[in-house]
Amino acid sequence: MSAPVLEARGLTVRRGGVQVLEIPALELLPGTVLALIGPNGSGKTTLLKTLASLQDPAAGVLSFQGRPLDSRPAREAYRQRVTMVFQEPLLFDTTVAHNLEAGLKLHGIAAPQRARRVLAVARQFGIEALLGRQARKLSGGEAQRTSLARAFALEPEILFLDEPFSKLDPPTREALLADLGAALRQTATTAVLATHDRMEALQLADRLAVMHQGRIKQIGTGTEVVNQPVDEFVAEFVGMETLLPGVVTASGLGLCQVSVGGRTVEAVGSAGLGEAVLLGVRPENVTLATHAESGSSARNSFPGTVTRIAPRGPYFKVELDCGFWISAFVTPHSLEELALAPGRQVVATFKATAVHLILRK
Amino acid sequence: MLLPAPGFPVPFHGGVLSLIWEGIKKAAELLWTLDPEVLGITLFSLKVSILATGVSLAIGGATGMALALARFPGRRLVISLVNTGMGLPPVVVGLFVTILLWRNGPLGFLDILYTPSAIILAQTVIATPIIAGISLAAIQQLPPDLRLQILSLGASRWQTVLWLAREARLPLMAAVMAGFGGVISEVGASIMVGGNIKGSTRVLTTATVMETGKGNFDTAIALSLILMVLMFAVNGALTHIQQRDRPR
Repeated sequence: MSAPVLEARGLTVRRGGVQVLEIPALELLPGTVLALIGPNGSGKTTLLKTLASLQDPAAGVLSFQGRPLDSRPAREAYRQRVTMVFQEPLLFDTTVAHNLEAGLKLHGIAAPQRARRVLAVARQFGIEALLGRQARKLSGGEAQRTSLARAFALEPEILFLDEPFSKLDPPTREALLADLGAALRQTATTAVLATHDRMEALQLADRLAVMHQGRIKQIGTGTEVVNQPVDEFVAEFVGMETLLPGVVTASGLGLCQVSVGGRTVEAVGSAGLGEAVLLGVRPENVTLATHAESGSSARNSFPGTVTRIAPRGPYFKVELDCGFWISAFVTPHSLEELALAPGRQVVATFKATAVHLILRK
Repeated sequence: MLLPAPGFPVPFHGGVLSLIWEGIKKAAELLWTLDPEVLGITLFSLKVSILATGVSLAIGGATGMALALARFPGRRLVISLVNTGMGLPPVVVGLFVTILLWRNGPLGFLDILYTPSAIILAQTVIATPIIAGISLAAIQQLPPDLRLQILSLGASRWQTVLWLAREARLPLMAAVMAGFGGVISEVGASIMVGGNIKGSTRVLTTATVMETGKGNFDTAIALSLILMVLMFAVNGALTHIQQRDRPR
């Protein structure tokens, strides 16, 4: 494995005497995209600004390519090699072309080379036609495109992105997300992206760090974080929609029986007898049928009553009362086939391997 | 005296309206013929107030930027002082500058009382807080993350300050015009520290006071009109900047 391009050790940030960030260790590998996900106020922006050296930590060391950024000249030199895109486009009150050129000027790059790079990034982000326009007359999507292009024009060694899409409408956001993904892959830019949108994170990032109250709760690949959340908070945040509290009644051979609301649920994993646990079941892993299927390998099958149906993207989210609360995603087709409606009796089935066992503190 | 004083109470013969009409006609005549004395007073007023505004821009602009960007103990107190200073009565400034410049005052050795330099000094004291206060607001109305954005594009600290000032150039221009408008129109300080000496320290406002006192209403009106045209030009430009549409 290659050496980390950026390394943080024992980072803490205080604001008004209160500690708002505590990151014992964080490494950024070259060419990878790390997503910081978490709710508002979880410290994502603070961490980004600190990593970008736009804000000084109260304690801790930041090392870029193995060298600590321990002096002002070192930090200024570092800021010439990385850049950040904010939630607001923060464009200068001039033309798009001059905005794209801004960072290059600050880097002391000669005019002919500037012009070449401006044209290249304008093409890459599809804003060639806007080059002569005044930045303050752009739409939100165009402005954020310009802001991203301005950052890419610098060919940064690390790109920090602070929720760059959160103020855009869905179609604009989708298009820009795709273009950003393509640009990141093409240039193999190392990036850190803060977002509260887990789909955005899963789409762009190699690794996810889930943040809560100024700490990183879990860091790992998308699959790891989504499928093996370390605690209740991470599970809820990454979309483990159903969380069932229960007590372990039997355990052995890598399988547990957990009593949940009077029913017994089987889960893969090991826990001590009588231990309090949380069972996570993702709605896409729950299937619904009108009758219990025979010969299914699924160990968990529960009859229940439909309580609520709500559209969720291309699917419908069906909530059921099976003695405990559980939800399932179904296609519009299945919804019709099963004649699902509130009050309807159905059987919810999921495999023991689809149940994620979380020990409660 | 600009013109032989008409016998008192001649100006009142035709009533107030004809008095104003006479004044306007006289003013037009003075302006049309480029009356050397009126022209001299106008140019001198402009010169003094432009110089004072320039010095105030250097001091006040820097102070405003520093107050907006730096954090230091006592910052809030300084901001309150600046804001209070924005409304300093010119006569009060005139009084204290006179005391300072008085022959045996602390700055008496400069020997500039009743010279153009004294007017420039007094007007600088008036305009500096105005420019500082508006500059502070101008920088503070920029998005808070803009400073970090400029830094993250690779700017040094001084480049950051410069680029922020460029982004706030319109309100900063408004600050300059407000400062200029404040000093070109004040009379209290100029008359106290300048003394309204003909051909030396006489400005539009002090000349207006004097001509009015002598009953030369037509000349006073002419001088007032010139002053108002200047003020109108400044305020017109200010309004234009303030009302400029900025869709965001």
